[in-house]
Amino acid sequence: MPPDAPRVALFVTCLVDLFRPSVGFAAVKLLEDAGCRVEVPEAQTCCGQPAYNSGDKADARALARQVIAAFKGYDYVVAPSGSCGGMIIKHYPELFETGTAEQAAAQELAARTHELVSFLTRVMGVGKVEAQFPARATYHDSCSGLRELGVRDEPRQLLASVAGLSLREMTDSEVCCGFGGTFCVKYPGISDKMLEKKLKHVQATGADTLIAGDLGCLMNMAGKLKRQGSFVKARHVAEVLAGDYLTPPIAEAE
Amino acid sequence: MSARETMFTRIRARLPAGTAAQRAAAVDERLARHARNLVPARGAGDEAHRIGVFTAMMEAVGGTVETLDDVNDVPHAVAAYLRRGNLPAHVRRGVDPLLARLPWHRGGAIEVAEGRAEESDRASVTRAFAGVAESGTIIQISGPENPTTLNFLPEAHIVLLEASQLFGSYEEVWTKLRAAMGEGNMPRTVNMISGPSRTADIEQTIVRPAHGPKNMHVIIVRGS
Amino acid sequence: MDMSGAAFPDNVSRALADGKLQYAMTETGPRFIQKRAKAREALPEFDQLRDQARDIKDHVLANLDVYLERYEARVRASGGQVHWAETPDQARAAILGICRKVKARLVTKGKSMISEEIDLNQHLAENGVTPVETDLGEYIIQLRNERPSHIIAPAVHLTRDQVEADFRKAHTHLDPNRDLTEIPSLVEEARAVLRQKYLAADVGVTGANFLIAETGTSIIVTNEGNGDLTQNLPRVHIVLASIEKIVPTLEDASTILRVLARSATGQDFSNYTTLSTGPRRAGDLDGPDEYHVVILDNGRVNVLGTEFQDMLRCIRCGACLNHCPVYNAIGGHAYGWVYPGPIGAVVTPALIGIENAPHLPNASTFCGRCEEVCPMRIPIPRMLRHWREKEFERHLQPAAMRWGLGLWAWVARRPALYRRATALAARILANQGHGAGRLASVPFASGWTQNRDLPAPQGKTFHQLWKERRR
Repeated sequence: MPPDAPRVALFVTCLVDLFRPSVGFAAVKLLEDAGCRVEVPEAQTCCGQPAYNSGDKADARALARQVIAAFKGYDYVVAPSGSCGGMIIKHYPELFETGTAEQAAAQELAARTHELVSFLTRVMGVGKVEAQFPARATYHDSCSGLRELGVRDEPRQLLASVAGLSLREMTDSEVCCGFGGTFCVKYPGISDKMLEKKLKHVQATGADTLIAGDLGCLMNMAGKLKRQGSFVKARHVAEVLAGDYLTPPIAEAE
Repeated sequence: MSARETMFTRIRARLPAGTAAQRAAAVDERLARHARNLVPARGAGDEAHRIGVFTAMMEAVGGTVETLDDVNDVPHAVAAYLRRGNLPAHVRRGVDPLLARLPWHRGGAIEVAEGRAEESDRASVTRAFAGVAESGTIIQISGPENPTTLNFLPEAHIVLLEASQLFGSYEEVWTKLRAAMGEGNMPRTVNMISGPSRTADIEQTIVRPAHGPKNMHVIIVRGS
Repeated sequence: MDMSGAAFPDNVSRALADGKLQYAMTETGPRFIQKRAKAREALPEFDQLRDQARDIKDHVLANLDVYLERYEARVRASGGQVHWAETPDQARAAILGICRKVKARLVTKGKSMISEEIDLNQHLAENGVTPVETDLGEYIIQLRNERPSHIIAPAVHLTRDQVEADFRKAHTHLDPNRDLTEIPSLVEEARAVLRQKYLAADVGVTGANFLIAETGTSIIVTNEGNGDLTQNLPRVHIVLASIEKIVPTLEDASTILRVLARSATGQDFSNYTTLSTGPRRAGDLDGPDEYHVVILDNGRVNVLGTEFQDMLRCIRCGACLNHCPVYNAIGGHAYGWVYPGPIGAVVTPALIGIENAPHLPNASTFCGRCEEVCPMRIPIPRMLRHWREKEFERHLQPAAMRWGLGLWAWVARRPALYRRATALAARILANQGHGAGRLASVPFASGWTQNRDLPAPQGKTFHQLWKERRR
C-alpha cells in the first residue's frame, strides 16, 4: 500500500455487524482494491438513526457525538449503506445548533463520509471491478441512498463490469420495499403490502438474484422471499462486487 | 375583538417584531412592480411558431383548431363546423363589436342570437381576449361582449382568436390586461380555458365532457 | 370508518382487507405517476419553477399580515365582501348567514377541501339548506356520505360498479333498466342531474386555489367546468379559502399554476382556470350579484414561524399522495380525517392536535418520494420527524417502544457493552436458525415474523471477526 493511500474508516453499520459481517469484509476488499488503507474504529456502534427517526433527539445526538469522536482524523468514512450514510451526511448537521462547534464537527464529518459504492466511483474513480458473480440480477434502489445521496447509476455501472452477471431492471425499482426501520414492525400490515408489491416486480423480471445497497431493505425482502418459498437470492451489492458468491445468500444456509 | 382583529394580532405576533412598516413597503413595492418570474421558452417565437404550439397543445387535450386568413370567412367556418358536428344552425354570441360586424349571412341559414347562454343553446361563439401558446389556452374576459356563460353552458364552444392576440405566455396576457383595465383592476371573470370539459374521477378514466362543453373549436384568424 | 384520527390501526386493517379498494388503488395509482413524469419531462424549466414557487410562498408567509390586508382592500374595491373566521364555527356561521339573507334553499358547491375541514355540508343541511356537490368525484362521495379519499380525486378509492350502484339508488326518477355499465354513461347521467342543480341553485360555494393580493382575485382550477357553473349561475358566489392561499401577483400565480396541474394530473394546464374578482358589473348579462370571501384560520396561524411553517406552502396538488407507497397501500380514508397521505400526516396534527392523530406521522418509512415530487418543495419527511419529536417530548408513543428504544440507546452509547451484547445476540440467533439461515419466529419480534422470516446472523459479529483476522 503506497504511503499516500487514503486512510478510510469503515462504518460497519449495526445490521452488518450483527447479521452479516461478510458485507463488511466485502466492503473492506473493495476499498483495499481501490487503493485505500482501511481501518475499523473500535468505538462505533450505531449511527443513531432509530432514535432520530423516533423523535428521540437527545439519544440521537449522544450517538452522533460518539460517532463524530470515533471517526475523527480519517480521510474518509465509508458505510456499506445509504441509510446510515445519509444519517451521517444529511442529518448529523441538523442535530446540532447552527453555528456551534459541534455542528461544525458534524459538518466536517459529513463532508468526508460516503456510501460505499458512490465512494468507489466518485472519489476513488473506480469504473469497474475484477469480479465474477454468476447471476441474472435485478437491483433495488434503497430510498436513502437514492433520494438522500443520489446514488443511482453508480451501482449499475459497477455491476455491469461483473463477469457472469446480467442486470435487468424491475418496474418501480425506486419505490420503497416497506422496511423503514421500526416502521416495519410498528405497521406490519402496511409494510407487508408494500413488500408484496415490490417482490411482484422483482419476480416479474425473472431474475434469480436481488441486489441492493442496504442490509435493512435486503433482510426485509429476503425474509419475505424465503417465507414465500421463492428461489430468488438476496445479496448486498458489496458482496456481488467483491465476487463473494460462496457466502450463502441472505436468509439462506450453505 | 372581532375575528379579523384577533387573526391579524395573532399573525403579527408570529412575525418579527418592529418590522411592520418595512415589510409593508416591501410588499407594496413588489405588488406595484409585479415582476415576471421565469417564463418557459416553449411558447416564445414568431406567429407561425405560436400558432403551431397552440394548435398542438389544444388538439392534445381534445380541442380542435382551424386557421383562416380572412375574418369574414368566420361565419362560413362556424356553419361548416356546426354541420360537421350535426348541430342545429344556431349560435349564441355576445355584443362583441368584431363578432357583431361579421357577415353572418355568409354562413348560409345560420341563426345568430345575442345575449348570455340559455339552457337550450347548443353552440356559442365568443371572441377571445387572448390566447396563450404555451399551454394551448384561450383567455376570455367577462362582460356583455362575451358573457361568461357562453364559455360553459352550450355543448359546443367556438372561439375566434386573432393571431395578433396569441401570445407565448400568460405573462404577456397580464401585460395586455393591465393596459386594458388599469393597474390592479380585473374584469369580473377571466377564464383560462384549455380544451373541452373533462373528468377522470371514475377509475382515472378520461371522459369528455363532464359539466362544460363537449367540443371546443378555436378559429385562429391571421392578419386581422 | 372512524374519523377521529386515532383509530388508524383499525382503519388500516380494514383498508388492507378491502378488495375493491385494493383493486382501485392498484389500477389507478400508477397512472398519476406516469402522467406527472411525462409532463415534467416536457417542460425543461419545471424544477426551476418549483424553486420559484417555493420562494413566492415563503415570501408571502413572511409578510402574511400585509398581504391579507392588501388582498382584502382589493376585494372591497371590486365590490366584494370579506369575512374572517378563526374557527370552523365562525366560517360555518358566516356562510349560513349569507345563505339565510338571500333565503337560499339550494347551494351548489365546487370542490373545496376546506369545506370538508369545517363540515359545511352537514351544517347547511341541518339548517334547512341543501348542499349539492358538483365535482363528479365529490358528488359520488356525497351520495355515499363519505369523505374524499384523495385531495384531487375524491372517489379514487371506488370502482365503476360501486358508482353505478350509488347512481341507481339516488337517481330513482330515471329508467331502472338504463345501461350504466360504461364510465361515459355514468358521467353523462351525472351531467344531466347536476345541470338542473346549477340552474336552480341560489348560492354557489367554491374553494380557492389562490387569492391574488394585487387584484383581490380568487382563482379556482377545475377540469370539469363545474366550478364555473357553480359560481356563475346563482345569485351569490361564496369563496371559502384559508389564510395561506395568498399569492402576490398575477405573475406569481402563473408560476405556481405552471407546477400545479403538472404535479396533480400531469396536465400542462387544467382545462379551466378561472380568476374571479367581485360581483357582476354594470352591463354584465351573467354572474353573481354578490361575491363573498370567507377566510379561515383554523389553527394555521399557530404554525407560522415554527418548524412546521413550510406546510403552509402546500397547494393541494396531491402529488405526494400519488407517489406515496403507504397511501397507495391503504387509501385515503385510513388517515381518518380530511387530508390524507403524506401532507395529511403533516397537516392533520397541526389542525386537530397531535394527540388526536398520533399514528399519522409514524406511518411513514421516510422513503422521501413525497418531498422529491412536491412542487412546493415541502420537506415532508422532516416535518413528520418533527411531529415524532413532539410526540416523544409529550410521551405520546407506546411505552414499550419508548422503553425498548431507551434501553437500546443506553447500550449503544457503551461500545464495550454493546460489543458483548451483539456477540451474544448473534450467537443465540444463529444457533436458533438451526442451519436454515433464517428464523420463522422470534420472541418479541412478531411484528417482523408475522409476515416474513428473520434472516439469521452469520454467527459472529463483524467486530469479533475483524479482531480475529488482525490477530
